[in-house]
Amino acid sequence: MIELTVNGRKHSVDVEPEMPLLWVLRDVLDVKGPKFGCGIAQCGACTVHLNGEPVRSCSVPVSAAASQRVLTIEGLAQRGQLHPVQKAWIDHEVPQCGYCQSGQIMAAVALLAKNRDPSDPDIDAAMTNICRCGTYARIRTAIHAAAKTLKSTKA
Amino acid sequence: MAKTFARKFEPARRKFLKQSAAIGGGLSVGFTLPGALAQKPGAVEINAWVVIRPDDAIIIRYARSEMGQGSMTSAPMLVAEELECDWRRVKIEYASANANVKRKRAWGDMAAVGSRTIRNSQEYLRKAGATAREMLIAAAAQQWGVPASECSASNSFITHGAGGRRLSFGKVADAAAKLEPPNDVKLKDPKDWKLIGKSVKRIDIPDTVLGRQRYGIDVQLPGMLYAAIAQCPVFGGKLKSMDASKVEGRRGIVKVVPFETFVAVVADNWWRAKEALRDVHVEWDAGANGNVSSASLMEFYQGGLDTQTDVATARKDGDFDQAFASAAKKIEAEYYTPYLAHACLEPMGCTAIVKDGKVDVWTSTQNAEASLANAAAVAGVPLENVEVHRVQLGGGFGRRGGAQDFVRQGVAIAKAMEGTPVKMLWTREEDTQHDFYRPASLIRLKAGLDPQGGPVAWYSRVSATSIIATLPRLPLKDGVDPQAVASLNDLPHAIPNVRIEYAQRNTHVPVGFWRTVGHSQNPFVRESFMDELASAAGKDPFEYRRALLAKSPKDLGILEATAKAAGWGQPLPAGVFRGIAQTEAYGSYTSAVAELSVDKNGEVNIRRLVLGIDPGYAVNPDNIQAQMQGSSVFMLTAMFWGEITIKEGRAEQSNFHDYRMMRLREMPHVEVVLAPSGGFWGGVGEPGQASIAPAVCNAIFAATGKRVRSLPLKNHGLTLA
Repeated sequence: MIELTVNGRKHSVDVEPEMPLLWVLRDVLDVKGPKFGCGIAQCGACTVHLNGEPVRSCSVPVSAAASQRVLTIEGLAQRGQLHPVQKAWIDHEVPQCGYCQSGQIMAAVALLAKNRDPSDPDIDAAMTNICRCGTYARIRTAIHAAAKTLKSTKA
Repeated sequence: MAKTFARKFEPARRKFLKQSAAIGGGLSVGFTLPGALAQKPGAVEINAWVVIRPDDAIIIRYARSEMGQGSMTSAPMLVAEELECDWRRVKIEYASANANVKRKRAWGDMAAVGSRTIRNSQEYLRKAGATAREMLIAAAAQQWGVPASECSASNSFITHGAGGRRLSFGKVADAAAKLEPPNDVKLKDPKDWKLIGKSVKRIDIPDTVLGRQRYGIDVQLPGMLYAAIAQCPVFGGKLKSMDASKVEGRRGIVKVVPFETFVAVVADNWWRAKEALRDVHVEWDAGANGNVSSASLMEFYQGGLDTQTDVATARKDGDFDQAFASAAKKIEAEYYTPYLAHACLEPMGCTAIVKDGKVDVWTSTQNAEASLANAAAVAGVPLENVEVHRVQLGGGFGRRGGAQDFVRQGVAIAKAMEGTPVKMLWTREEDTQHDFYRPASLIRLKAGLDPQGGPVAWYSRVSATSIIATLPRLPLKDGVDPQAVASLNDLPHAIPNVRIEYAQRNTHVPVGFWRTVGHSQNPFVRESFMDELASAAGKDPFEYRRALLAKSPKDLGILEATAKAAGWGQPLPAGVFRGIAQTEAYGSYTSAVAELSVDKNGEVNIRRLVLGIDPGYAVNPDNIQAQMQGSSVFMLTAMFWGEITIKEGRAEQSNFHDYRMMRLREMPHVEVVLAPSGGFWGGVGEPGQASIAPAVCNAIFAATGKRVRSLPLKNHGLTLA
């Protein structure tokens, strides 16, 4: 049995230790926000936070997440309050098909947790997830907007 | 049977709706069942498109698919415009494909393809809204005992006279539904539109941002099993033999099923199925095509350019041969565009259950009717016995429309597991190597110029596989596939002698509709060659086109608007150059100006990309902006890196490491010139791509003096900075 905490809830799963975290989340725990895109950590659609760090869960064996905290898009809104990144995503109408967006949002949240006021080059370096619909311009705008919100709420 | 399912999933759905409403402000689409909202107690169907609840919630049905193009919002806007309802109370739900069969196609064509959702449905959608409005007014008038002509509707209320009595739509919906629909309704004058032309928030976005949007891959059913498949790597090849002894009894593995062209492993989760598949020993019969390569294909296409027979004429104005022979200057060139994969971020997949002669399918599809027909055919049941449950698509781009191979596979597997729901999902590798690719195309062009440099003769011959003849397998009219010659056969320029030819060269490589189809490649060819002519004539490429488009006001209008916004002719910093292009696509008129520099390492730094579009009427302007921005990423990805090559009969690329996608850091500054001139309805999902590649390549020519005649640019040592 492998123990892990997903969005604040403890689970123990009876699976092979090498099973990727993504598939434990999706097929065992029915957490469908993280998506499958490539299986080789290229696209980032499967991005979740492992102890606050963004990881590509398609390439993280579940054993590496044992006894640790996993945060997915489903756990981002707290007590009915959207995370400022989610709010910015809605305000700026970022998604198109939306399939990559839970990964994009988790990557953006991780960036802003470390860097309250990212520059464009900071965003370029941190946001390496693929969006096939091409929402990059709006992702950048929304990250700047979310940074502004975070700054004003912390001040 | 669909009803049984409905009851089973109701609790989860309710909970989901409730949660979404709490956080997302009531804008909930998500993973609902077809017709679920309209089945709530008291809901009254006024017509196929409009259902009204006693609490004044307006349910507008949407028949096509949502894959990010935004039509799930903009199509219902057309109904709401005429209905005169309160948009804030509108809920949108998919029309059922099964009901469409049973109700003689009450919702018409359900396919979201060819940028045609708005342009092909605008009239019947607006009429549906207007008809429902007139019925609601008539019902209120009857209740008041006054003539309907004294009543009007606005914001979900019917009012009698100025400042008089009023009734909400919900109060009269029941009575309205019992009335005869009027035969002839008058549609609003565009100047009176309140909703069309306003930037309306897309209805599906809040669910996406909350991680609650449900795609085909997300379907979860009680007792469901999972399938991974391997297909013969050589297109068209077949299974010869299979040995699954190594995975028998392995944890979670339920069954290994051989089919004619693929092998499926069914397991209790997808990862186990996929892993086991690697240990199933399979021998394939490649058939006759095991030696086909990109080089042999190129030879075949080259033959299409050179042959004297078996060529169709797509357009013939004047006498090209004579005009070319006597031209003051002659220009000739060959252009090539490669095979491209769709690379939808959600790989192909299909969930199905076959039980008691009935089939339920959940799949990300651009054409629910085609999915339904394919499911029925594979299961051997009548159309009425199939339901295709609607979900959001993780990208479509044409891959999920005509082919439906994934539905046939999913239903075949479910049939082999009769009574058990099975979710089949492809790996990225299967998805990249078993696509219906954008056709490769080799084009020869010739033009003759008069002494002033104006073109008097234009010739193009396209040698390429026909999508129409090989995918839907329809006969070609006069031997011409319109997609293969798109933007050449409808050349709008004032050139007196034009001949456009098509040499159909079909191969074993499957081809299909890829976002913007023929207009994703031929405008690159046409507008680059036009630049060659301007250059040979020593003329400014904008002015050269302008003179030739004097009698094509819409093409000219967007060319001029885009050039103006881009500051064409204004001085640029040292080392920075511009390129321009213009083309019509899917009923919209587009133009592009690229502003860039190229450094000595071949890094192309696009400082600015100005994209113009005249879609006639702009239904949801912000969504058009989004489509144009997205089109630039899609096209830049294709033109810099996109190429599927063939070796030993199969696709060489397999995943994003060798089929490269553009990233955020490479996104140039894009400015959209939205110039709706009114009077027509053009598409917006695809046209944006058409003018980009030639504008960029023409700017590269201006910067380097090198004419790019084949894509992708990586093969010319160029990359996107």
